[in-house]
Amino acid sequence: MKLLRDTWLIFQRQMLLVLRNPVWVVIGILQPLYFLLLFGPLLKDALNAPTTADAYRFFVPGLLVMLAMFGSMFVGFGLIAELRAGVIERSRVTPVSRLALMLGRSLRDVATLIVQAALITVLAIPFGLTVRVGDVLLAYLMLGLIGVMLSAASNALALKLRSEDALAPLMNGVAQPLLLLSGILLPLTGWVATVADFNPFSWAVDASRALFAGDPGDSSVWQALLILGTLTVLTLFWSARSFARSVR
Amino acid sequence: MIETKGLRKSFRSRQGRETKTVEAVRGVDLYVGEGEIFGFLGPNGAGKTTTLRMLATLIEPDGGEATIAGADLRRDPGEVRRRIGYVAQGGSTWDEVSAREELVLHARMYGIGKADAQRRAVRALEAFQLTEFADRKCKTYSGGQRRRVDIALGVIHDPKVVFLDEPTTGLDPQSRAHMWDEIRRLRSEGVTVFVTTHYLEEADALCDRLAIMDYGEIVAEGTPDELKREVAGDVVTVGLNGSTPEAAQLLDSEAYVNKLETVEGGLRLYVDQGATAIPQILRKIDGAGIHLGTIELHRPSLDDVFLEKTGRSLRES
Repeated sequence: MKLLRDTWLIFQRQMLLVLRNPVWVVIGILQPLYFLLLFGPLLKDALNAPTTADAYRFFVPGLLVMLAMFGSMFVGFGLIAELRAGVIERSRVTPVSRLALMLGRSLRDVATLIVQAALITVLAIPFGLTVRVGDVLLAYLMLGLIGVMLSAASNALALKLRSEDALAPLMNGVAQPLLLLSGILLPLTGWVATVADFNPFSWAVDASRALFAGDPGDSSVWQALLILGTLTVLTLFWSARSFARSVR
Repeated sequence: MIETKGLRKSFRSRQGRETKTVEAVRGVDLYVGEGEIFGFLGPNGAGKTTTLRMLATLIEPDGGEATIAGADLRRDPGEVRRRIGYVAQGGSTWDEVSAREELVLHARMYGIGKADAQRRAVRALEAFQLTEFADRKCKTYSGGQRRRVDIALGVIHDPKVVFLDEPTTGLDPQSRAHMWDEIRRLRSEGVTVFVTTHYLEEADALCDRLAIMDYGEIVAEGTPDELKREVAGDVVTVGLNGSTPEAAQLLDSEAYVNKLETVEGGLRLYVDQGATAIPQILRKIDGAGIHLGTIELHRPSLDDVFLEKTGRSLRES
């Protein structure tokens, strides 16, 4: 109970900060928005799609996975700023749950992410995107798992590295191949597709596309949820341990 | 209220390819009584902050024991946390929120309910004279105001002991005097205050008792007066315009001079009785035809204590 109460307390505080400066929520959707407007129109010809709407139905589900990845991978920077301001140390001398310090922040990232995903989904409708409510909620659940996992990982790394200069190259170095090997931008073929089988986010993109195509029974959906769920649990354990250790 | 025995901590630091072990704290024994302001005086890097962070449960000691407000540091850090407050050196507030928001959140992190937390925040804002700008963002506060918020956060849950790490560093003289008043007020409310400082005047004026720390060890402990009495006698400073070496040679052999040091522009002499030593010093210097600039008699300061115990002046280190 204490864990839930403390998590809620930290979540409230973090959401207050987000709402006080919501410009970051907007900045977070700028990248997918640019892709939607400037990259989407190229896809009809590039993919030999029958219509522009078909191209967007292929592209937007992947774009949402990209939003979830990039929105969560860099949250560690905020934690480093909090470390520097002494806010984390101040929390550590209280009996507040260490796990709650992490979970409250990850929940903030998920909440932000869902709002951003909903915005992108709505903005894609004029381009011909169609989806059922149940399917989109399942897709958002998957995005939420990605958000919790990457936010926890990013925070755990931030605690370890304690410096933006070390975190930035590491995150960029990981983010780019994960993006290119996910099939978000173009369909994967050849050996790249084989390598991409080891990328959990590639599975997420396939599942997201199946859901937006109105096919929640597709095997890619349960497979992606299983893979992401397992990874999320593992990452949470790892991150909780590093919070408990360095935030004894 | 605080009792430690053999508290130790070392850190491994890497310099190039070599790893060096730095013994930051090498066996600290301390006793701090209830309701006193206990000072920890020493130069930067002496191990004051490391000791404080160990006592505040932030880092685990390598060895030794400590009991704080009746709770065992090694066995029950959670209980220690409930009973103490800690105010870090570098500040603890977030730019974008107000003092009131910080106080309410901090109280709630101690498990205090929302309504009670709000009442406590109001009380703390009044006590620390922060009410006027309670709802402005912390980034608009002056250094002194922000430091007062830090202290208010440290005592929002009515701890029995509060640890303050260099609470006045970086403050202007007026804010510093204000901070001393706040610390004395805490004592009058029955809080035991454990404060680190590298300011001699602060240790002297503020602390009931203090320990002097150097290179990870406590080199002296007592009330400021006791410590100063330990440095026997008085200190005479002789200002000379040149010819310091000759005067040093001349006076060093005198029986009433316990210790002699060359300082900038003259000599510092440790004597038993200033009143009888001064005429003799004057006669000696005059007789040798050395021109005397100034002569000053003063009771030993904490710096003299530090000098006596460590061979260095705290002002220089």
